[in-house]
Amino acid sequence: MEKTNMNSRNEAPNFPRGTKLLGKWNRNVYHILKPLGRGATGVVYLADSKHGKVALKIGHNSMSITSEVNVLKHFGKVQGQILGPSFIDTDDCIVQGQKHPFYVMEYLQGVPVFDHLKEHGNEWAPVFMVQLLGDLSRLHRAGWVFGDLKPENLLITGPPYRVRWLDVGGTTIKGRAIKEYTEFYDRGYWGMGDRKADEQYDLFAAGMIFIHLIEKKRFEKGNDGKQTLMTCLERNEQLRPYRHWLKKMVQGSFQDAEAARTDLMKFIAKREDRHRKVDQSARPKRRKKMRRKAQKQPALVGIVDLVLVIAFLLITSVLYLVGQMI
Amino acid sequence: MSKGTLKQILLLTDGCSNDGGDPAAIAALAREENIMVNVIGVLEEGSLNEEAYDEIEKIATAGGGISQVVYMKQLAKTVQMVTRQAMTQTLQGVVNKELSQILGREQEWDDLSPEKRGEVMEVVDDLGERVDFEVVILVDASASMRNKLRTVQEALVDLSISMDSRGGSNYYTLLTFPGKRNDTDIIKGWTSGITGLSGLFDKISVGGITPTGPAIQAAIQQFQSRKRRSMISYGEDEYELEERGS
Repeated sequence: MEKTNMNSRNEAPNFPRGTKLLGKWNRNVYHILKPLGRGATGVVYLADSKHGKVALKIGHNSMSITSEVNVLKHFGKVQGQILGPSFIDTDDCIVQGQKHPFYVMEYLQGVPVFDHLKEHGNEWAPVFMVQLLGDLSRLHRAGWVFGDLKPENLLITGPPYRVRWLDVGGTTIKGRAIKEYTEFYDRGYWGMGDRKADEQYDLFAAGMIFIHLIEKKRFEKGNDGKQTLMTCLERNEQLRPYRHWLKKMVQGSFQDAEAARTDLMKFIAKREDRHRKVDQSARPKRRKKMRRKAQKQPALVGIVDLVLVIAFLLITSVLYLVGQMI
Repeated sequence: MSKGTLKQILLLTDGCSNDGGDPAAIAALAREENIMVNVIGVLEEGSLNEEAYDEIEKIATAGGGISQVVYMKQLAKTVQMVTRQAMTQTLQGVVNKELSQILGREQEWDDLSPEKRGEVMEVVDDLGERVDFEVVILVDASASMRNKLRTVQEALVDLSISMDSRGGSNYYTLLTFPGKRNDTDIIKGWTSGITGLSGLFDKISVGGITPTGPAIQAAIQQFQSRKRRSMISYGEDEYELEERGS
């Protein structure tokens, strides 16, 4: 087994474009195209294979690679929707006399969450939250907890735009201790709970992702983590409307991801409704001006018009609500 | 397979020992007692002492453990990661040994096909969740460490959050060196949680010498005294893991 020294082990190999990898066990061939990203346990490359373009993660530590493969395989068993990238192959390869364990998964094409928000606006943040909570709910029902949930592990594919999970390495069986985490999204770091894998651990991280997406930066916990968080929710103009929902997320008040999702959906719907009402009260003013121009017309026509407009607006908002609920 | 007890010494230091012989030699002794020695080098931003770096790595290698040099800011996360990783490594060694016994020949991790590795890893993960854990935390309290002790304390509380989230039991004891009269002072005797630690470091005296070797020796003795005590109180021997992974 491996001689372990973390200092030397952290360096994952650097492969130039065109490097050919031959699997020792399954005899599959992969051609490296370019690096996609570097994580704690290895480097992910874009590679060419008989399956077409794939993402190939190569690491130094065979244990962590094996752990991740186990998780990826389990993801395939979560019924219904595909939650993470699907698993393709795992093997060892020898390059320049050195053995490297690697695994191969589906290549997801998309953009990082922050890039998407920059281009399309912050109103997408709650939408992605709803999608994420739906996925979490499915994962939790299968008996797993995601663990290391953070923006870097999310990718926006599409259009139609959909949030997808990139790195599922931290996924843990419910009830065990969380394996991997990132401080800002970690309940333990903020002093708001332990690191036992439960639904609320993921919900805490999801809440912190939302805060990060809107606040655009991470911040430190200071002397009292909980107090720092609560202050942030009140201070940021864009977060304040969501503060009640966010407090429930970080304090573990939701029973499960589905409850958190329903609550957020309700809130979004109510907010949209309020926007409509603001529009409504603005519109009659414009109508008054118009009426002044056409004073000869009987007043009754104006009233009928008003009723029609209000009815139209009501129907639109009802249709919108129904649309959101489906 | 019994779930057993894992024993670790976690040494937090920032520099070179200057008293009491080669710490790596004592770490090698610990290894013979089935105690793994992990070392975390705590540095201040921008300082890198080659000699210190070298010693830290040597102690861990001799003690069958893991070493990592970090800056203050990442300390909490590193302590947690190193402890956890060392644990997995040890368990993997145990499982490997069981495996070769079952298979009747020397079958090592790397000789297993990826599929088999996956199965072994599941067993390791499961053991890591349930195994009982004993750790002697050994904190260097020489003058240069003084202003780092607050961060060290936070890191230890963080470690206990992680370990206490597991299913198995946890026991910690906290020693600092040099001690007032001896090589080490026991700041906190064997306890099942580190959360009651706040302010503990305030009382310690800061010494000029750094007897890292004797301190590791004292840590080994802590395990022995614990074993004696638990044998008296429970009237039975503890499970021991026979082999360490390395």
